[in-house]
Amino acid sequence: MHIYVCTRQVPSTETKIKLRSDASGIETAEIKWVLSPYDEFALEEAIALKEKNPGSSVSMLSVGPPRVMESLRTGLAMGADRGIFIEAPETADSHLIAQALARAIQKQPEYRFIFTGKEAIDEGSAQVGPLLATFLGIAYVTVVQSIQYEPLICKREIEAGAFELVETSSALLIACQKGLNTPRYASVPNIVKAKSKPIEMLKLADLGLSEADQKIRYRQFRLPPAKPAGKKIAGDPQTQVEQLVKLLHEEAKVI
Amino acid sequence: MILVIAETKSHQVKKSTWELIHQARTSGHETHALLMGPSVKLAEELASGGAQKVHCVEHPLLEHYTNEAYAQVTTTLIQLLKPEIVLATHSACAREFMPQVAARLDVGLASDCTQLQWSDQKVIAHRPMYAGKAIVEVEFLGKGPQLITVRANALGLQPIPKTQATIVKHTLSLGPFKTKMAPLESAQARPDVTEANIIISGGRSLKSAKNFQLLEALADVLGAAVGASRAAVDAGFRPHRDQVGQTGKVVAPSLYIACGISGAIQHLAGMRTSKVIVAINTDAEAPIFQLADYGIVGDLFTIVPLLTEAFKKLKT
Repeated sequence: MHIYVCTRQVPSTETKIKLRSDASGIETAEIKWVLSPYDEFALEEAIALKEKNPGSSVSMLSVGPPRVMESLRTGLAMGADRGIFIEAPETADSHLIAQALARAIQKQPEYRFIFTGKEAIDEGSAQVGPLLATFLGIAYVTVVQSIQYEPLICKREIEAGAFELVETSSALLIACQKGLNTPRYASVPNIVKAKSKPIEMLKLADLGLSEADQKIRYRQFRLPPAKPAGKKIAGDPQTQVEQLVKLLHEEAKVI
Repeated sequence: MILVIAETKSHQVKKSTWELIHQARTSGHETHALLMGPSVKLAEELASGGAQKVHCVEHPLLEHYTNEAYAQVTTTLIQLLKPEIVLATHSACAREFMPQVAARLDVGLASDCTQLQWSDQKVIAHRPMYAGKAIVEVEFLGKGPQLITVRANALGLQPIPKTQATIVKHTLSLGPFKTKMAPLESAQARPDVTEANIIISGGRSLKSAKNFQLLEALADVLGAAVGASRAAVDAGFRPHRDQVGQTGKVVAPSLYIACGISGAIQHLAGMRTSKVIVAINTDAEAPIFQLADYGIVGDLFTIVPLLTEAFKKLKT
């Protein structure tokens, strides 16, 4: 069984975002790049599935500038067998990324499972998984919290503690939610071993794609408006609370 | 024409759907609504409440939501009605099936937008990036329609004239589908954090899962949802679905009350678009106070029960 994991490299959650002076994007110089947190659940699920099915392999894909090679090495150290790096501009949109992934995966001998994170925490669109599955013509399910493999049943959250079970026997893309598993840490020997695992390098042109295949573009990056300083409410607890309720009721008018 | 994908919950049209209808009406476009599955029962409500035409699709395969069925219906209706703009809430369902619609129509989708700016009937969608640490404009390239999903509570309700709209029933043949879906556990009575109007959120200073009952009591008085910081979720006090922040849910309620939350960057990113923020924390230097409209330096274990009593009094 060939298992595929599609991943994205993102600024760590502690990153303070600074904008380029022409508003065309963010300053990337001081950013600490990491694998998007939800992709770790996708990788863990794929690697654990491989271990339970001897003869299987895990291929990890990432689309972006050359820096994403680093996160491919992270996945290889966790236990993926090989990487596929598709070089694309920083600004590639979800449509172009999903097309690139679809065309790269279509070249492969077969695919039964494709795992992704439920969203990447930079753009947070949650589009690439569903787009990729649709381009491949396979089923998908998102925000998956647990998976039973025989027969294949996924449990997904819909809202406020409501869950659904999704059953399918066909090829499936699963977008993983926190709680699905506990991602492993890469051991030192595996980090060393990862350095010699193969990474296939592709360019958009190799897949018949270019920047012209984008459907949207982001422009006019700005920081959120700064909030004016708030009021600190003084006094003993009873006074503070009475004051707060009065302000919420009469000034902010939200209660 | 703007087509609004309507959603319902507990036999009511969701507030987030009304936000889209109101926004569409205010823009000057003709406004149609699409109802799928069991929610067609609420067509009358939409037809009088602001939509100028209501499209209904019923089918046994729409009894329970599946992304395949919803995407097929939505795609077919878009091809039939040819709207210039399609608006949906960035809900658990629409965020899953709208990309499939975009792929089938070969057009762009702007997800989780928080502001729509209209000029000459054209729309510019604004959306947060990096969980709200930056905001961008979305430019659509190529042909339409423009597909947009909008964050609940971001646009707000506006006064619009009542309507007496036609209700059109469409009969479609659907399937075959690859997946089958069954509801498993029904939703709790409390609203989901992404759609709640008020959120009471707690951090690790709550010290235990049991102590969240303090926040639940306050939430019950206000009809609010209960949220949590990553630290509280990682400590096992609350399930992940309640987590607010860059690695949890991004929320925009009218009122966000942060109890014992210090305000890590990744948490602030998830709740900074809340309209009014209240912070209760013993540490006067906690970063959460920089974002709070109203701050109380104090012990949540003293303040929250007093607050619950005070709101009870106000409500009666």
